[in-house]
Amino acid sequence: MKVVGQARRRVDARAKVTGQTRFADDVALPRMLYGKLLRSPHPHALIAEIDATAARAAPGVHLVLTGADFPIAYGIMPVSQDEHALCRDKVRYVGDPVAAVIAASEREAADALALIRVTYGPLATIASPEEALQTAEPRIHDYGEGPNIHRLAHFAFGDVEPALAAADRVFEDVFFYEGNTHLALEQHATAAALDADGRLTLWSSTQTPHYLHREVARALAMPAHRIRVIATPNGGGFGGKSDPFNHEIVAAKAALLTGRPVKITLTREEVFYAHRGRHPVLMRLKTGVKQDGTIVAMDLETLLDGGGYGSYGPASTLYTGQLQTVTYHVPRYRFRACRTFTNKPPCGPKRGHGTPQPRFAQEVQLDKIAAALGRDPADLRLQQLAPAHSLTANWLQLGTMGLGPCIERVVEGSGWRERHGKLPMGRGLGIACSSYLCGAGLPIYWNEMPHSGVQLQLDRSGRVTAFCGAAEIGQGSDDVLAAIVAEVLGLEAEDVRLVTGDTDLTPVDLGSYSSRVTLMMGNAAIQAAERARAILGAAAAKKLGLPAERLAFADRRVFDVENPSAGLTFQEAVVAAEVEHGTLGTTGSYRPARSAARYRGGGVGPSVAYSYTAAVVEVEVDAATGWIRVPKVWIGHDIGRVINPVLARGQVEGGVYMGLGEALMEEQAFRRLPRRLSSALVHKIPSMLEYKSPTSLEMPEVVTYFVEEPDPSGPFGAKEVGQGPLLPIAPAVANAIYDAVGVRVDQVPITPDLVLAALAAKAKGQAGRVGPVAFPAVPWPEALLVPPPWEGGDGKATNEAAKTRDALPTHHSGTSGVRV
Amino acid sequence: MTDARRRGRADARRRDKNADGRVRLALTVNGEERDVVFAGYKTLLEVLREDLDLTGTKHGCELGECGACAVLVDGQPMLSCLLLAVECAGADVTTVEGLARGPALSPLQAAFADKGAAQCGYCTPGILVTAQALLDRNPHPTRSEIAEALSGNLCRCTGYLQIFEAVEEAAGNGAQGHGGAKAAGTGTRGHGRTEAGA
Repeated sequence: MKVVGQARRRVDARAKVTGQTRFADDVALPRMLYGKLLRSPHPHALIAEIDATAARAAPGVHLVLTGADFPIAYGIMPVSQDEHALCRDKVRYVGDPVAAVIAASEREAADALALIRVTYGPLATIASPEEALQTAEPRIHDYGEGPNIHRLAHFAFGDVEPALAAADRVFEDVFFYEGNTHLALEQHATAAALDADGRLTLWSSTQTPHYLHREVARALAMPAHRIRVIATPNGGGFGGKSDPFNHEIVAAKAALLTGRPVKITLTREEVFYAHRGRHPVLMRLKTGVKQDGTIVAMDLETLLDGGGYGSYGPASTLYTGQLQTVTYHVPRYRFRACRTFTNKPPCGPKRGHGTPQPRFAQEVQLDKIAAALGRDPADLRLQQLAPAHSLTANWLQLGTMGLGPCIERVVEGSGWRERHGKLPMGRGLGIACSSYLCGAGLPIYWNEMPHSGVQLQLDRSGRVTAFCGAAEIGQGSDDVLAAIVAEVLGLEAEDVRLVTGDTDLTPVDLGSYSSRVTLMMGNAAIQAAERARAILGAAAAKKLGLPAERLAFADRRVFDVENPSAGLTFQEAVVAAEVEHGTLGTTGSYRPARSAARYRGGGVGPSVAYSYTAAVVEVEVDAATGWIRVPKVWIGHDIGRVINPVLARGQVEGGVYMGLGEALMEEQAFRRLPRRLSSALVHKIPSMLEYKSPTSLEMPEVVTYFVEEPDPSGPFGAKEVGQGPLLPIAPAVANAIYDAVGVRVDQVPITPDLVLAALAAKAKGQAGRVGPVAFPAVPWPEALLVPPPWEGGDGKATNEAAKTRDALPTHHSGTSGVRV
Repeated sequence: MTDARRRGRADARRRDKNADGRVRLALTVNGEERDVVFAGYKTLLEVLREDLDLTGTKHGCELGECGACAVLVDGQPMLSCLLLAVECAGADVTTVEGLARGPALSPLQAAFADKGAAQCGYCTPGILVTAQALLDRNPHPTRSEIAEALSGNLCRCTGYLQIFEAVEEAAGNGAQGHGGAKAAGTGTRGHGRTEAGA
């Protein structure tokens, strides 16, 4: 291949290094107005009254909006449409927007915000999942599966109880993974304007222009075809720009009402409130193994702190368990999950969406199992890899499975055999593995249309333009699109002009989430390009007097493979085809194959392919201070096929970096103000200075190995690389700390004080472990019984009753309490 | 501070502050003399982006925490979100738009493009000018000197390693010829490496 697999300057590199990439806040339009949102100072309160009289009269103010202007609820998932652009009757977290001012300048808008008087009736605050489970009233929302319980799930993929009873050893641990946030460098921004024909255009830093398009149409009760959403290149996304946001709906409404362009750019503090980041998750994991460490059954419970709104919560909830079966063979599996509402900024999808937390639990527990059984942690994993092209206990269909070679590469590269368990006190190596989706098998709203569409247009200039709704968030989706089209048509990547992420101009692509773009857009692009190649090839063959099968496309030419000097330039081939067929254009589309998981909830987890990752992390731990330094990481990633090695490596190193941040320092944490200051639950650290993230000085050396076994479902065999490499880092760090100083920190982030506490406990003869000790009682619903494939199942649940789960009462009375 | 700059500041304060709080001042931006009238409360970042249409310089926090707004003021990297524009009368300011040599990328920009040092590209302008200032005073920095110089510039995409390599490439530190992007993916030089395999 001439393009795919070659290290290239990405097609949008020039724009990025010259400052010409036009991000959302760079959009400046004549007569533009600016918006600011007034945000709640209370974590939970009823809105009694909003008096905006003074603000409306303030200098420069054009418009003041409140919840009364936004009667229609919206939300990214059809089952959780619980948001309004501005709160109507109550606020659910500190930072929840209650009013907006649109003014001639940002400063005038901000000044006018101070003139709005909101009368609140504070309600009791629900600060944690434990409090949510214990609190029947007040309820944060009037829907859900219990008071302050958003979602509950209970799956039994085979009966784990007898399997655990028959196991040689059963290991049970409780783990906690703290929430953290994306911290994309670009603050969210949106500009909205009416075009000359009165249609609404929205430029926004969104990863999901199609879903935003739908939700703006819904929230404003406008036909979608009157709205154009342009996803400006995102200045980092990581999942944080995947929801429709308040400011987007407000800007759109304000542009409609004023007839002027309106821009809203969030401050960094507001970005912490917008959040949608990693859910804090408490986990209890019970695993039964044979004497050699082979898993016989796994039983996982997860408790998610969802924050104030639904967001992607129904999916997040299921992701805290559904991918636990794809790395190692798990014969029987029970998974129970509960997402609670709390009075904090809503959690949602962050790189790895719901899976880094249980992955941490599983991989740390495997390290404990290996230690207890005297097995090497790498061998323990290698002996029980899930077979390629097999079905898992929960009916996920695996494709290629390169975890074994990934483990072997990092074991060899790190000198694992010679060094693990043998380094001096204070130094250690840890290993962990993971897997991730290559695109969610189902769209967020049910439909049978393509997940990705690509349209090609060719004309006599020799120009090829590729149109696709995919959103470029820095990951390189534009480069992948150009590379794939160029590969098929024998062009260079820079020959392909791109129009992407524009709902007026491009076919729908569902967006940059679930690591779906390379695989889905890539397959659609191949189909469109192959159709174009067929048209060009037929015309060229006619002109050359050759059978079309003898033609090759390469080096910007169409030529006879048996006599390469005989041929046409690419442009001549386009001209020939335009003579033959008239105006040229093709389309391609992609929809993943139907999943084998037919049970309710089985829509989360399936993917046509899974990437695999193994990492060895080296740490140095100062036993006197608890300080942890990471000098080096070895990481192997089963990517199927590398499209552009420069970008693929960047995704791996970026994933390692972000994983280290989560492992060692990042936390979206909250504290209560003193009673004299209202006792409100506030964000502890809504600034980039206090929200600790790794800098250039903390970044370790990283050795990346790509394992390339092309997956039949991927474009040229490619699988994902954007999210998977983050996943093994935190557990590998925890396991390395155990190797270094012999203590277990069963929670993330692993900070020096925790290491010291564990060392102190160990010195006193107690278990050298810190972490959560209890998992609260959760009113688990009846299990959905889904026999695994090897127990005669068909992918469906055997008990129909449990399928009516959603029919559970949604309006509990205040006294019904929590079902325990 | 040069005399000219001191005079420029005095002029800005004495003569050109209008009744509505707008001020006028002269400064050099990317080698061009610019005369600009703006609201006196604005930071240099805001004046660059909003009054001079130089949107290449970014904001990530407007509190001096992230480095996205870095520009060179009289050759020194400065956080433009913390500088009042009225303090910059007579100053010589370089932004990312001033790095390229006409249509040609500067060696540093070209290295960033080839090495994958810009993913989303949002921190890139601030990092480019900061790295350029480093190379201007230290043409062959070590890896740790590069890391130190860039420690005030947050990047959430790359994990910094490809940025380090790009700065080293531009500095010509131990480059394996002029492989450019062709060497980036499979090179074994430096602290971030890729080894392909089946």
